[in-house]
Amino acid sequence: MQAIKTIRSCTVVMPATNIDTDQIIPGRFLTTTTKQGLGAQLFADWRYDADGKAIPSFVLNQPAAKGCRVLVAGRNFGCGSSREHAPWALLDFGFQAVISTEIADIFRNNSLKNGLLPIVIDEQAHAWLVANPGAEVSIDLQSNALTMPNGERVSFTVEAFARYCLLNGVDEMGFLLQRDDAIAAYEARTQRT
Amino acid sequence: MTKQAKTMFEKVWEAHEVAPETADTPAILYIDLHLTHEVTSPQAFAELKSRGIKLRRPDLTLATMDHSTPTRTEQVFGGVPISIDSAAKQIAQLERNAAEFGVELLGLQNELRGIVHIIGPELGVTQPGKTIVCGDSHTSTHGAFGALAFGIGTTEVSHVFATQCILQRKPKTFAIDIKNRLPIGVTAKDLILSIIGKVGVSGGTGHVLEYRGDAIRALSMEERMTVCNMSIEAGARAGMIAPDQTTYDYLKNTPRVPKGDAWEAALERWRRLPSDPGAVFSKSVEIDAATLEPMVTYGTNPGMVAPVSGSVPVRPGDAVFDQALAYMGLRAGEPIANVPVNVVFIGSCTNGRLSDLRQAAKVLQGHKVAKGVHMLVVPGSQQVKKDAEAEGLHKIFIDAGADWRESGCSMCLGMNGDTVAKGQYSVSTSNRNFEGRQGIGARTLLASPETAAASAIRGRVTDPRQIIG
Ligand code: SF4
Repeated sequence: MQAIKTIRSCTVVMPATNIDTDQIIPGRFLTTTTKQGLGAQLFADWRYDADGKAIPSFVLNQPAAKGCRVLVAGRNFGCGSSREHAPWALLDFGFQAVISTEIADIFRNNSLKNGLLPIVIDEQAHAWLVANPGAEVSIDLQSNALTMPNGERVSFTVEAFARYCLLNGVDEMGFLLQRDDAIAAYEARTQRT
Repeated sequence: MTKQAKTMFEKVWEAHEVAPETADTPAILYIDLHLTHEVTSPQAFAELKSRGIKLRRPDLTLATMDHSTPTRTEQVFGGVPISIDSAAKQIAQLERNAAEFGVELLGLQNELRGIVHIIGPELGVTQPGKTIVCGDSHTSTHGAFGALAFGIGTTEVSHVFATQCILQRKPKTFAIDIKNRLPIGVTAKDLILSIIGKVGVSGGTGHVLEYRGDAIRALSMEERMTVCNMSIEAGARAGMIAPDQTTYDYLKNTPRVPKGDAWEAALERWRRLPSDPGAVFSKSVEIDAATLEPMVTYGTNPGMVAPVSGSVPVRPGDAVFDQALAYMGLRAGEPIANVPVNVVFIGSCTNGRLSDLRQAAKVLQGHKVAKGVHMLVVPGSQQVKKDAEAEGLHKIFIDAGADWRESGCSMCLGMNGDTVAKGQYSVSTSNRNFEGRQGIGARTLLASPETAAASAIRGRVTDPRQIIG
């Protein structure tokens, strides 16, 4: 995985609360056996009509959304199904971070493992971002801070190990594989061999 | 020094720490049972292949296929091609991966196949005190046995394949105390919908729930699974219920539990699992079971729920709420029992067990499905199907005009083509009423098997107590 340090981008705002992973990537697209190409189906049922034509009023179809890599979403983003296809689809579309006041557990874990930053901030800063779509923000993982357009810095936390992995481009599988001795010792100790 | 009182979750967690968490690193947690299915495993197997590594413990891994599998008998057993090409490919991919990596696969025509969360308990591989994971959020179901069971993503699936471990921060604990007993005609599904309505769809985020109290003790294992299944719909990773005699009686007759002396030894371990008196939970809530009623969802998440005798709430100025009602085609203040029904789905890992089919059949017996209503009954596993047919339940469904199918997830998520059409109302015994979950534009109302069956008869959302009295 590539190391991530800072993201500077305009925002796209989807203020709805409880946006679940069935919306992010509907179930009928989960018959894929790869991770690639899911961006085309991101938010498919909100993005396209029955004939597959883009719905102009949907935020991701608007010209202003083009090139924005930060999604600002309502509380409890990513709830529901554990499908890792959700962060895969967001990343494939071009997003690099999701900002909310609360992000569902499994989605947050899945995102961190793929280099999509789940950023939880306070309600006040979030409300401002929701009210100002397209705002230019910068996310600095090294200092755990989000910088608003007026220069104000809003802090966030990312689980320490996930942050270390993201900053250094380290992957967790490698870390676990290096713990083979400890795992074997555990298996011996608990007679799981 | 007195021994510190521990919760059941803490006991299971600590017994599985290969390495405890530190400020810098999460705990390394050993996994006793890894269940896997066709949808969330292909990319994980591909990861192993690209790294040239083997599966560490195929003996602790069990694969089945359930999500994208057909439910039509001719497609499962009769050689008629699967309608969705990509689904057929995904199924074939799992067959190849299981063979290549030496994983036991309960494949399409296997008599032990079924929804992954139904077959684990059925086989007895789900046991108290185990850590159980699956690339599926409803893995919380297995917590009904006092296991620590939770859903993981595909990257974590690859971690468990390779190392039998995952990296986890220790969650907090949340006691859900259910006092008194459920009234007659009120089910485990109504209980869990009430709990989610109370704590909210993110109320359990970061927590492992423990369901406790007299009402929980009085539940059968099937009912406990229904409750634990929907823990994720409250945002929780896992839900647990302490094992007791009900648990042991259920497990005793399952094929893959330890036998003889090993069974006695297991019992001794399991009896030490329940939370110690005085164990401290991070938070708690109390609910009086005696006050509960049959519940139905009216919105687009499982927390948007009301008694079947009640009405859609009125929440002026709540745009998200308005949007959900617009999707559902319902008005604030409208009686729930008035809502028309086009489709009734009985099945899923929430309510696809034998007891659920019995309850639905009991309501349906001697009645017909209302004209214009399509009722689909999909057993949770091939074993459930066989048992139901031995009791003649399938006849009751078929005589009433319902469709009787082979097992699978089916219309719970509509991946296999069993879908609800746009704008149609579906009373479903599954667990998610998200927009489009059962088909593009489908409108899902979650309910118990009893309520679903009663609604099929009347063609409107119906309190089952009006039919069975
Ligand atoms: S029945 Fe539904 S909720 Fe259960 S595992 Fe299948 S798709 Fe998931």
